[in-house]
Amino acid sequence: MAFWLNIAFGRRLGLGSAYVAVAASLMAAVLAVLVFCTLPPGGAAYELVPWITINGHPITVGVMVDSLTVMMLLVVTVVGTLIQIYSIGYMAGDVRFSRYFAYISLFMASMLALVLADNLLMLYIFWEGVGLCSCLLVAFWYEKPAAAAAGVKAFVTTRVGDTGLLVGILILLASGHSLRFADMGGLPGSDVLMAVAALLIFLGAMGKSAQFPLHVWLPDAMEGPTSVSALIHAATMVAAGVYLVARSYVLFTAHPLALETVAVIGAISAVMAASIACTANDIKKVLAYSTVSQLGLMMLALGAGGYAAGTFHLMTHAFFKALLFLGAGSVIHAVHTQDIREMGGLIHKMKVTGITFIIGALALAGIMPFAGFWSKDEIFIALWQGGDPVLFGAAVLTSFLTAFYMARVIFLTFLGTSRSKAHAHESPSVMTFPLVVLAVFAAGLGFIGSPWCHGAFQNFITGADEEVHFNLGMIAFSTALSLGGIGLAYLLIVKGVKLPGSDGPGRAWFIRLVANKYYIDEIYEVLLIQPFHRLCGALMRFDITRVDGAVNGVAASAAALARFVRRLQTGRVENYLLMQAGGALLLLLIILGKLCRIF
Amino acid sequence: MPHLLTLIIFLPLAGALAIAMIPSRQVQLIRTTALIFNGAVLAAVTLVAVLFDRTGAGMQFMESQAWIPQVSIQYSVGVDGISLALVFLTALLGFLACFATTMITKRVKEYFLVYQVLMTGMLGTFLALDLVVFYIFWETVLIPMFFLIGIWGGARREYAAWKFFFYTLAGSVVMLLAIVGIYFAVAPHTFNMMELAHTAPLLSAGLQGALFLMFFFAFAVKIPVFPFHTWLPDAHVEAPTPVSVILAGVLLKMGTYGLFRVCVPFFPQALMTFAWLLGVLGAVNLIYGACAAFAQTDFKKMIAYSSVSHMGFVLLGVAAMNSAGFNGSILEMFNHGIITGAMFLLVGVVYERAHTREFSAFGGLASIMPRYAFFLTFMALASLGLPGLSGFVGEFLSLAGIFVIFPKLAIISAVGLIAVVILFLVMVRKVLWGKPRERILWSDMNAGEVAVLIPLCILTLVVGFYPDSILQFQQQAVDMLVKAL
Repeated sequence: MAFWLNIAFGRRLGLGSAYVAVAASLMAAVLAVLVFCTLPPGGAAYELVPWITINGHPITVGVMVDSLTVMMLLVVTVVGTLIQIYSIGYMAGDVRFSRYFAYISLFMASMLALVLADNLLMLYIFWEGVGLCSCLLVAFWYEKPAAAAAGVKAFVTTRVGDTGLLVGILILLASGHSLRFADMGGLPGSDVLMAVAALLIFLGAMGKSAQFPLHVWLPDAMEGPTSVSALIHAATMVAAGVYLVARSYVLFTAHPLALETVAVIGAISAVMAASIACTANDIKKVLAYSTVSQLGLMMLALGAGGYAAGTFHLMTHAFFKALLFLGAGSVIHAVHTQDIREMGGLIHKMKVTGITFIIGALALAGIMPFAGFWSKDEIFIALWQGGDPVLFGAAVLTSFLTAFYMARVIFLTFLGTSRSKAHAHESPSVMTFPLVVLAVFAAGLGFIGSPWCHGAFQNFITGADEEVHFNLGMIAFSTALSLGGIGLAYLLIVKGVKLPGSDGPGRAWFIRLVANKYYIDEIYEVLLIQPFHRLCGALMRFDITRVDGAVNGVAASAAALARFVRRLQTGRVENYLLMQAGGALLLLLIILGKLCRIF
Repeated sequence: MPHLLTLIIFLPLAGALAIAMIPSRQVQLIRTTALIFNGAVLAAVTLVAVLFDRTGAGMQFMESQAWIPQVSIQYSVGVDGISLALVFLTALLGFLACFATTMITKRVKEYFLVYQVLMTGMLGTFLALDLVVFYIFWETVLIPMFFLIGIWGGARREYAAWKFFFYTLAGSVVMLLAIVGIYFAVAPHTFNMMELAHTAPLLSAGLQGALFLMFFFAFAVKIPVFPFHTWLPDAHVEAPTPVSVILAGVLLKMGTYGLFRVCVPFFPQALMTFAWLLGVLGAVNLIYGACAAFAQTDFKKMIAYSSVSHMGFVLLGVAAMNSAGFNGSILEMFNHGIITGAMFLLVGVVYERAHTREFSAFGGLASIMPRYAFFLTFMALASLGLPGLSGFVGEFLSLAGIFVIFPKLAIISAVGLIAVVILFLVMVRKVLWGKPRERILWSDMNAGEVAVLIPLCILTLVVGFYPDSILQFQQQAVDMLVKAL
């Protein structure tokens, strides 16, 4: 396993070309499959080297491999390899082509180390590492002011969440607990402090997984190259938050409040983002909000006790959302716009992209038998068993909206008549090949969690041995829900039917609210960003006029005193200096005394 | 090598003598001589580090010689795990800053003469084991620095130099009083710091408190601690680049080193009483420095204020009074020297091309100076405490330490850290990102500029990935300090 990690790190060095990156990534994928094949039941952990000692608690660099790790390894390496192959075509001709692959490789290394880490501190280190890569890649086209601003926003917003994670780690450390995931089961369950720690760790997960109210960075992150959006902001890094919750799940299950918070935040994010996705016109923004929404769904599942359902959806989502982003990238490549209102009828010109995109969309919308159907179905069952009607309702609403906005994108982009002035063409095969492979996964991956495979995935991830049965009622319900969403989109967009009352003032107000993303960015601007700027400006002025002013005031008085002395004893420089020094000191002490009284 | 430390302290002074004998026209020879002597210091310090016994807690390589026996003043020097890191830092930055001194064209001979004296003062301060010797070296630093800023500085150099001089003089005077005070308070009367570590803690609480505060004031000016920090931005803005590197990298550490050498071992009871004050001042330094830095429009001033912010972590670590806090604090001193030293070098690189330090003059430099972009981004990430680079380890240890004692302060500081992150990311955006301005034809960093930064980058990476590389030297000394509390 040490060798494994070495490979991951070795790739940080000298990355000249894309082929090195792809080859390394492919090798990692092969190794991940090997790990999968040789995984002992119950997983394995390896302590490598001591890293640091904190107040007598040694922290070691270690590797932990269990079924969850293996799943993440497979997802990251397979999707990562495919996206890097795609990038060869997508980034062709960019002036910083090799820089791009260096960043991507650094990201892959950090991401793999993140899922392999056996304790929270190691995870935190690579957690920040992937955050850095995300920031650098979002701002990859840094000449564009929007991209540069989005890079900063991505890092700072996630950093707000990470502060929670950091304090959570500090709490665990200070109360003398081990940071190793393997030891977390033994933590005192009833301790309030542990509940606080769990919530703080969840705050970190919220930042990374773009959950409300820390989701604002993800839509802006679409300024980066689309392949980056696919890899980092859809398939892997944003899922790290869900992974973190799953990884430290015992910490959450011990505290009902913590688990409920996860579910509620997930539900809010899922519904809110899905509704925004319905009004967005930028194809990447639709997908970005969709990602927020689907991540919310995963959190919701985890929070409702559906461990297998949440992780299963994480896996299927990684494949079909990566597919959708790459498809969108292919479209943008062809028509040079991201506005779906300016597309249309593209399926005739881009057959491979069109068909694979539709497969991905059907998977996301949860149509049987595509992958998303099975994992979403699992979530529904878990929520139904959880017994909270509000949470279940949130999932239902999300699912309906998801089908609606994906159908809207399909109708506007690939079907209908062309509204584009650009001469669209199919992308090169280096880009379409990954699309096809991902489409196969998006279509077929769900089966490993279906009753036909006897719930192979669920048993693998939980280590249990249970039969999964068909729940015909749920299947019928969720299919009807998705078809309903698609049908509504068909009526509204293709047929041009107007909903009754959609023109009313009440409705218009609501649509404006959604279309403006609930004004959350504006609220932050007014409540956080502007006050921060004002505070900094005020502190600087305070520093110059008050703090430094006091010092200069002392000096000026001393100088005045010295001038007075000089008039008495003309030309005595020694006295002048002496007086100045003495006066400065005296007055300084007086001022200090005053300051001490103030503070 | 029986007199290795004495050799290290006075080697730069010997260099000054050698330079004095060279005619001032032979600029190149003067430069080479200074470089050779500083290189020899670095080699000698490395030798000390290699020979250093990492399992020993006490002073090593000790030398003692009666100097003024009437008042029992001894010339006494020695090195332990705490001072070793700082002596190495001084030797390394002293050598690199000397190497990077290319912009000084007037009175080169005098410049290097004064520079060599400064080196002796700094090394002596970190190695002295007698309070009077400590004070003499401390003052020795003040004069050369005054001249370096006052003669070779920028437009407002005289104002900055006088301000620096008077401010630190005020601190020194108070320290001198405290030194005399402690001498007469303890029995038997002594200036020996090793003995004082045993006898001073026996003093009454009130006396300890008074002496602690006097020493603390002297060190606080140097560190600098809010509200005594305003000399720092002025001094930095006016000082030439190598002097800024020394000023931020080494001079500030004299104050924090003093806390560890004097305040912690001599007055444990007072430390317990005033730990909250140190902690609060640390958090204020951290957040106030970051916010004030954020509002600056001058690149160098921004880095100067960010130093104030980073020194907050050192204070927090001292206030923690446990192994994690002390370790973090000492490591943060070392890291800050490396990282901020590099930052000032980087500011110097663009200043020499642009002849201004206003952010508005930069932008889009990543496109035209890729090497510069790499180094600046790297060091900005190290400054904002990115895990994997050295800054994180020191900050994390300090926070872990303070959390045990003052959890609220630790949380406030952790949140305040967001301001530091914003500060450096926005700096990268302002300087490197965006479209390059028209008609900017600056050349990228040359081989010399790169060569100076590479050792600093390597150290940042090594300490970040393997903190024990530094921590193993100081662990025993820190354990002893904690045990004595």
